[in-house]
Amino acid sequence: MKKMESVEFSRYLSMLTLSVHVVFATVGVGVPLFIMIAHWLGLRRGDEQYLLMAKRWARGYVISVAVGVVTGTAIALQLALLWPKFMEMAGQVVALPLFMETFAFFFEAIFLGIYLYTWNRFKNPKHHFYLLIPVALGAGMSALFITSVNAFMNTPQGFALVDGKLTNIQPLLAMFNPAMPTKVAHVLTSAYMTAAFVLASIAAFHLLRGSRSSYHRKGLALTMKIGLVFSIATALVGDLSGKFLAEYQPEKLAAAEWHFETEGEAPLILFGTLTETNEVKYAIKIPYALSFLVHSNFSGEVKGLNDIPKENHPPLVIHYLFDAMVTIGIGLTVLSLAYVIGLRRNWRFIQNKLFRMLLVASGPLAMLAIQAGWWFTEVGRQPWILNGLMKTKDAATTSPHVWLMFIAFAVLYLILMIGTGVVLTRMFKKNPAELEMEKRGIAL
Amino acid sequence: MTIEVLGISVLWLFLFGYVIVASIDFGAGFFNASTIITKQHHVVNAVIQRYLSPVWEITNVFLVFFFVGMIGFFPKTAYYFGTVLLIPISISIILLALRGSYYAFGTYGTKGHKGYTLMYGVTGALIPASLSTALIISEGGFVKKATNGTLSLDYAALFTSPFAWSIVVLSLTSVLFISASFLAYYSHVAEDNGALKLFRKYTWIWSFPTLITALGIIIEMKWHNPAHFEGMLNLWWLFLLSAICFFISLWLLKKHSYGWSFIFVVLQFALAFYGYGTSRYPYLLYPYLTIHDSFTNQTMAIALVVVFVLGLLLLIPALYLVFKLFIMNKPYIKKGN
Ligand code: HDD
Ligand code: HEM
Ligand code: HEM
Repeated sequence: MKKMESVEFSRYLSMLTLSVHVVFATVGVGVPLFIMIAHWLGLRRGDEQYLLMAKRWARGYVISVAVGVVTGTAIALQLALLWPKFMEMAGQVVALPLFMETFAFFFEAIFLGIYLYTWNRFKNPKHHFYLLIPVALGAGMSALFITSVNAFMNTPQGFALVDGKLTNIQPLLAMFNPAMPTKVAHVLTSAYMTAAFVLASIAAFHLLRGSRSSYHRKGLALTMKIGLVFSIATALVGDLSGKFLAEYQPEKLAAAEWHFETEGEAPLILFGTLTETNEVKYAIKIPYALSFLVHSNFSGEVKGLNDIPKENHPPLVIHYLFDAMVTIGIGLTVLSLAYVIGLRRNWRFIQNKLFRMLLVASGPLAMLAIQAGWWFTEVGRQPWILNGLMKTKDAATTSPHVWLMFIAFAVLYLILMIGTGVVLTRMFKKNPAELEMEKRGIAL
Repeated sequence: MTIEVLGISVLWLFLFGYVIVASIDFGAGFFNASTIITKQHHVVNAVIQRYLSPVWEITNVFLVFFFVGMIGFFPKTAYYFGTVLLIPISISIILLALRGSYYAFGTYGTKGHKGYTLMYGVTGALIPASLSTALIISEGGFVKKATNGTLSLDYAALFTSPFAWSIVVLSLTSVLFISASFLAYYSHVAEDNGALKLFRKYTWIWSFPTLITALGIIIEMKWHNPAHFEGMLNLWWLFLLSAICFFISLWLLKKHSYGWSFIFVVLQFALAFYGYGTSRYPYLLYPYLTIHDSFTNQTMAIALVVVFVLGLLLLIPALYLVFKLFIMNKPYIKKGN
């Protein structure tokens, strides 16, 4: 009984910490790219507004990095505190990317610190700009390394298990496991996409509030264009991720799609509910689409849940998480496409209130998609912590105090979230872009 | 040298790096807050702010490096320490999180809130205490293994152990001593005489308590962990050298040679730290874990060492840049930009 509770609370605490961390981590991975582009445009075109944009984004970014760093430290330690048996085993095989991740952070942290404190300290302003390259690279690499660890949990390889002992360990093979390419690509594109929409939301918010400055219009146009590119990339890589699942984790895909019988010409099921006898009701069925997602033709066979032992079925709720992610992904692609075409053609509707409200919602929606995506992939791996090798319930700590720590951390994250919100709003409200431009003598 | 020993030496180096930079950081926070109460805040604030701003994140990475490396080289430690340290380390994480984020909020966000400064000071004193539990339990006697193999921490024994409390006290005095010594040097470079005088005084105040608690711990070790005590006696000359460095550093402080004085403080701690580490060889956790039986496989160890060397090649130039731009940059230290 005690043991059961430790497992449950360890899972809740992991969920909580990771869900909080990923908000800041996504901003941490995505935003440097935008600071870089704005800074570069500013230097290239001699446009002070873009330079100011880079500066202001960087200021907000540091706050997010700070919380990213502390929640990241929390999760890294918690992996050992909550899942000691898992880390003992996985540590022998995937310590390499974990270790490299630390170097990537270090690299990022150092150059970010220098970038922030050296505006106007270099004679050649380009040198200051170059400092951003290691920042963006370090953030991207850390996402790559940590995601490869998570990919390993889904498709473990690079070792042999003989009598319960690990032998013939190949760290590189473990790191470059089959789940890694699609996972890393999808995490990176979705982080850039999310950062684009988050920044776009902010610009749209100011326009909605009636700001007349070209500063926000420029920011919106820039982020929406890049957002469109990365939404398409995210959807394309998402399609590849689906194909990967069909091959390596068919139970996850089948659970996400409520696909019970192994069959060809399989339909894609969107939304709906499930009855006690596993009948799908009120759903939108797109004929052949699941076969197409998996095989790129309309008749390919897709493995169903009935062919998989019942005790290894992932929870079926992941269907909704998958739906949420895909719906938001397609929705945001359409939204940014409409905006970009509208901008070209001078369509009026992109300036109307309703459309701008949609733009304001795009950032939070993208963040929601990130959460849904991670919950889908993590819950969909259950009951395994290391797919096929170690069950989650066998990996958890035996300490009886996990529930207490869960409460303590929940309070901590609440404080951090509120603090971040308050500080960011205060920081930008006290010193709006228009005021700063006026002070620096930049044309509005 | 076997690869286990190489691995633990590298990790020990990281831990030492963390102890020094974190001590400066924790101590600085503590002085920054305590001078609010003693009404001398205006004297020290500028110096402390200028040092802390660009480096706080780097300090944190040292810690992450240490435990990620530990799990990499000695995966079994994840199991042993992970199982028993849930509460103490969670407390450390929470304090570190509050400290790091609220520092950033205060510095980059909205300026000059006294609440931030006070929290920064209080956490600076509590974190060393909670982190040092990891070191305390590694000396053995506090981890219980049930017959079915389940590990647990004996809190009653921990909280009533004078040995444990001495280590907590040592962690606090060392933090204040190291930090005061560094900040004295830093204010000297900044030519800020008011701050210099104050930090010189603090260095004196915390110097002897540090030495005395350290000696006390060595003596208590005789009862707490005789094997380790024997090991320390065999390395008596290292500890003697450390004590000599201690006195040299104070003499240099008197001679107004602040940079060298700080270097000797670091040397003093380095010698004691390595003496302590070497004398407990091969134990990671008395009596359950040694570096041999918890060591990862050879392939992983070699891969980690290679990555480590490549990583250093990348980081050393970067750290040099930080050093040149902020820490050892006279115009910056004096003016703050
Ligand atoms: C902005 C966020 C976002 C958006 C719009 C999408 N995704 Fe996604 N998705 C993620 C963010 C994400 C993620 C958070 O990054 C995940 C979680 C774990 C991972 O590897 O990426 C993910 C996982 C993930 C997986 C599971 C991979 C695995 O478990 O190995 C699949 C099959 C897809 N996605 C497919 C799609 C498709 C077909 C989309 C169509 C538009 C889509 N995603 C949009
Ligand atoms: C895919 C999910 C993740 C991504 C994309 C990610 C990315 C990042 C990024 C970019 C940062 C730097 C802070 C920032 O810029 O905001 C960060 C911090 C951190 N993350 Fe994550 N992370 C993820 C999950 C994890 C997990 C599961 C762990 C635990 C092993 C972890 C450990 C850390 C640590 C230790 C830090 C702080 C490093 C420091 O001290 O500087 N991250 N993460
Ligand atoms: C940052 C984005 C991530 C989020 C939001 C996330 C979310 C979750 C959730 C919801 C669970 C609970 C699953 C359940 O018990 O039903 C979980 C479990 C877990 N995740 Fe992730 N995850 C993320 C990334 C990662 C990464 C990159 C790693 C590996 C380094 C990781 C390691 C784990 C572990 C060890 C568990 C506990 C064992 C388990 O429940 O299977 N997670 N995570």
